[in-house]
Amino acid sequence: MAATRPNRLFRNLTAKIAAIPMILTALVVFVGGTVWTVTYSFTSSKLLPKTKFVGLDQYERLWNTPRWMVSIENLLIYGIFMMVLSLVLGFVLAALLDQKIRYENTFRTILLYPFALSFIVTGLVWQWLLNPDFGIQSVIQRLGWQSFDFDPLYNADIVIYGVLIAGLWQGSGLVMCLMLAGLRGIDQEIWKASRVDGIPAWKTYIFIIIPMMRPVFITTLVIIASGIVRLYDLIVAQTGGGPGIASDVPAKYVYDYMFQGQNLGQGFAASTMMLLAVLVIVVPWAYLEFGGKKRV
Amino acid sequence: MTAFRTFFAATTALCAGSAALAADLEVTHWWTSGGEAAAVAEFAREFEAQTDHTWVDGAIAGGGGTARPVMVSRIIGGDPMGAFQFNHGRQAEELIEAGLLRDMTDVAEAEGWKDIVNPPSLLDACTVDGRIYCAPVNIHSWQWLWLSNAAFEKAGLDVPTNWDEFVAAGPALREAGITPMALGGQPWQSSGAFNVLMATLGGPGALQKIYGDGDAEMAAGDAMKRVFQAASDMREMVQGSNVQDWNQATNLVITDQAGGQIMGDWAQGEFAVAGEVAGEDYTCLPGLGVNEVISTGGDAIYFPVVDDEEISAAQDALAATLLNPQTQVAFNLKKGSLPVRADVDLEAANDCMKKGLEILASGAIMPDVNMLNTEDTNNQLNDLFVQFFQDTSISADDAQARFVDIVANKD
Repeated sequence: MAATRPNRLFRNLTAKIAAIPMILTALVVFVGGTVWTVTYSFTSSKLLPKTKFVGLDQYERLWNTPRWMVSIENLLIYGIFMMVLSLVLGFVLAALLDQKIRYENTFRTILLYPFALSFIVTGLVWQWLLNPDFGIQSVIQRLGWQSFDFDPLYNADIVIYGVLIAGLWQGSGLVMCLMLAGLRGIDQEIWKASRVDGIPAWKTYIFIIIPMMRPVFITTLVIIASGIVRLYDLIVAQTGGGPGIASDVPAKYVYDYMFQGQNLGQGFAASTMMLLAVLVIVVPWAYLEFGGKKRV
Repeated sequence: MTAFRTFFAATTALCAGSAALAADLEVTHWWTSGGEAAAVAEFAREFEAQTDHTWVDGAIAGGGGTARPVMVSRIIGGDPMGAFQFNHGRQAEELIEAGLLRDMTDVAEAEGWKDIVNPPSLLDACTVDGRIYCAPVNIHSWQWLWLSNAAFEKAGLDVPTNWDEFVAAGPALREAGITPMALGGQPWQSSGAFNVLMATLGGPGALQKIYGDGDAEMAAGDAMKRVFQAASDMREMVQGSNVQDWNQATNLVITDQAGGQIMGDWAQGEFAVAGEVAGEDYTCLPGLGVNEVISTGGDAIYFPVVDDEEISAAQDALAATLLNPQTQVAFNLKKGSLPVRADVDLEAANDCMKKGLEILASGAIMPDVNMLNTEDTNNQLNDLFVQFFQDTSISADDAQARFVDIVANKD
């Protein structure tokens, strides 16, 4: 009897069996949990989930809540500045370290160290540093510069920048390391060629090296972006959302309403909006990045 | 031989019997500050002295906002503790509806709680559809203004006797380098202080009508306009008190850096720890000196349904212990709160506590905000008032409009 073509389903059977737990986890926990959350965001669930559907009421209330608007605005400010500044800072630091300097290991370690701290510790450290009575402001005032005024954490208008400073301090080291790895992956011949042609170093970086580092930049962007969206613990530790609600972020809104406010429906609606926002950004980008068959 | 066998059988039965009586009962609560921990230790001592059961302490640090979600998730997740603390009122409403909490009516009837608990509203807050689900353990009231005598002396002023005098003293205090009023940054403190202004300055029954009946018209009315004006005055006075926790704010008053603070009667625990004497070092004005009325909120112990007869027996024993006179005196003296029964003797109480007891006896009481509002509504009020008190760009009228909105949509 002629050998029948093996069924495609059974090819690599062991590997497929081994993957089943992960596939199930992904389906049940991630997809299932998401569907469940979205479904219940249309209910009036309070402390316990209930299937009493109220249509878009929760969303209407959400978008009429000043605190939610403040949260969104804060996340946008933090997100844009964090994205741009940590990339610029990280890249500049990496480029400086790449100049074959002495004690490179030491500098790299020092710059990466903040990343080893959790957001909670980072938040507390910067809460003290930015405290007007004990921190930077008082030190500089005691040095004689009496008019020096820097207390972002107690000023509702600029508190989010105080948080941004802490976020940058913590996150830039990692970006630097990723960039440094990218820079090291560049063939030395390219540098030699550009030097022979007499192209200044900064031009080489901007027009040759950075375009070549595209994959590294994309990885870094994804890592920074995910850090921005789930911003929560830094806020809790550093400002507690204050003064007032001036440094609130969506993740904190979700937590506060789901657990402290005993209003699951409202929390679910807010987290669905967060998911939607991420999808709006990620889907077109992923389509452009991975959708096209032809890759360079 | 047979005699021996019966003897052994009897002793085994005895052992089994006593084992069934003595259970470990885990009690979770958020009483973690100095005075609170001392008070809850009295519960544990009395419980172990009066019954055979053992108290297993499950304190959760970080206050009610942190502790409540932890407790709720344990109960919903099928790993209930033996008993837990909540502020009685609407916080536990849904847990009761879902059948997760034990009906303690039998114990309540056996102990005659209906006759001894004073004011009866405390027990009403534990009652759902005629069944009693919790044991009230103390009475805390919010409506107190704490004033630092030394701060007013330094500014060359007499200690105010009511809210208006206090507001009038604000600029002079400010000139003397004293923050007129202390307010911590935590949201519940802002909404709490506002609720006090509303209860004392908003006319009789304002709290009950607006939060209890959801009267949006009254919330938009002139009486409330005056309350929002007072809140706006208060916002001027609290500028510059850069603290977070309530006890840090109280500490500003203790150390005479701030003129006064609106805070519940638990604040006097801090004054006591600092060695201050009521009347000499600090002054307390119940009802802000305007309308001497106190709310009767407080703490209550709830009992989850457990599938274990030993634990259930221990729960019954604990419920009975909590309300007996000896426990009530020991606990409340340490806690600085008022006992839930009028027939106990609180000789050792200080001046402020005695004022509270007098008002309680005179019947000038009202329900606590927690009994009228769900946590959802409280959370919305927190958001509104923490923003109002920290951000001077919101006018009193805008805040009132948002307040009316919350009241109109409350459930």
